[in-house]
Amino acid sequence: MMAKAKKIMSGPKVPKHTENAEIIKPEPRIGKLRQRSKPVFSGYRRENGRVGVRNHVVILPLDDLSNSSSEAVANNVKGTLALPHPYGRLQFGEDLDLHFRTLIGTGSNPNVAAVIVIGIEPGWTQRIVDGIAKTGKPVAGFSIEQNGDFKVIEAASRQAKEFLHWATELQREPCSVDELWVSVKCGESDTTSGLASNPTVGNFIDKFDAWGATTCFGETSEITGAEQVCATRGATKAVGDKFMKTWQAYMDEVIEPYKTSDLSDSQPTKGNIEGGLTTIEEKAFGNLEKIGKKAKYLDVLEPAEAPAKGAGLYFMDTSSAAAECVTLQAAAGFVVHLFPTGQGNVIGNPIEPVIKLTANPRTVRTMNEHIDVDVSGILRREMNLDQAGDALIDMCIRTCNGRVTAAEALGHREFVLTKLYRSA
Amino acid sequence: MATPHFLVHETDDSVGVVVVEDADKGRTLSGWVMATDGTIRVKSLDNIPLGHKVALKAIKSGDTIMKYGHDIGKAVADIPKGAHVHVHNVKTKRW
Repeated sequence: MMAKAKKIMSGPKVPKHTENAEIIKPEPRIGKLRQRSKPVFSGYRRENGRVGVRNHVVILPLDDLSNSSSEAVANNVKGTLALPHPYGRLQFGEDLDLHFRTLIGTGSNPNVAAVIVIGIEPGWTQRIVDGIAKTGKPVAGFSIEQNGDFKVIEAASRQAKEFLHWATELQREPCSVDELWVSVKCGESDTTSGLASNPTVGNFIDKFDAWGATTCFGETSEITGAEQVCATRGATKAVGDKFMKTWQAYMDEVIEPYKTSDLSDSQPTKGNIEGGLTTIEEKAFGNLEKIGKKAKYLDVLEPAEAPAKGAGLYFMDTSSAAAECVTLQAAAGFVVHLFPTGQGNVIGNPIEPVIKLTANPRTVRTMNEHIDVDVSGILRREMNLDQAGDALIDMCIRTCNGRVTAAEALGHREFVLTKLYRSA
Repeated sequence: MATPHFLVHETDDSVGVVVVEDADKGRTLSGWVMATDGTIRVKSLDNIPLGHKVALKAIKSGDTIMKYGHDIGKAVADIPKGAHVHVHNVKTKRW
């Protein structure tokens, strides 16, 4: 039998986590919407002018073989963050390009103050170092061949410690939301996602778009069924056509060659079906609620490609698997993520804080430790989408100011590289 | 209006989504049509779980199911008004 832990409390009252929900509660339903002013937050302004909301010193392995020494360095120097992953050997062509783009992009993300790169050999290690160095941030590379793990771990640890001392003296400064890059992706969706939590994100996107922020959605496969509607949301016909071309390529190159019977067991997922979603079309229209009613996407990005057409909404060609998608968005430079869930996905990302919201009252009850914003009041007609969107904006700003998300508190650091095909 | 039992996105949708945990068989459910802020009622023929769909009208096998005002698949069985609508009686048209 387990004894209940005794709790001894003193000092100032710390609000319960669930009180987050109260921030967003009525405000009785009101006919006239209050016009809120453009929010500000405190961020880290990096050497290249981009703004981050976290201040990580990252130990980045080039390849699977370098995970061990990278984790040893992060263990030696407390406060640094290793990002182990399974790839980086014998990749070639477009798949190798994506590998480099993802690792360089991750190191370049403004949430990262400085980077140690460790690789098995010096050539590709140097390539990652050079790529990250373009941002102007401190970066150093170490290679293992002819040195061994011990020498590399010692040298890299000494450098990591220097970076950490330097990074921890950096100060936050006032920043405007038009300097903020926000990504969105939903997961373990159910019908409450399409009814409330995704439209809440959509309300946020419309407001942030009007304020000049940079935002991104993805999930190529999950737009299936709503692809024609999605195409009409391109800023120009050319961009809409580019989206259709990307979507069709995914159908032709991935779905058709590899499908066995149909995808009914994968899309919707078992969790989606448990939550009441029946078909991919139903899931797709719910998914698309995340981009709001007004915002138009300016471009279609390759996986992990940084937006280059100015402030606004972008579509990125990604998998719909949560961690793969968020890892690509973080590598493209997005610094804070909004993740609506229905049945309760628990994903986080090591460098990009993931804010979770749900409208499913059962998920609020059973998985409270994973939820940052509770918008289930929409389903009870206790709040409208505009109020829910404002509550999400409040939580986003608090997160940017330094509030640790549920996923960060629970140590969710899913760093999952997208691989396009088998290595040589 | 009191707390709704189910929500409907658009007026021409053939299904609504149950948002309570006790939409039991035989119960008269009230629904909020979000597009018009209207209220409709339907008697539940099944125990319908939270998040699952209820038929708002009689649907014939082969008919298109409408939600969000869009085509979300086809019925593969006749579905009476008030019945649970899910993977046992609806399939995608895509894969």
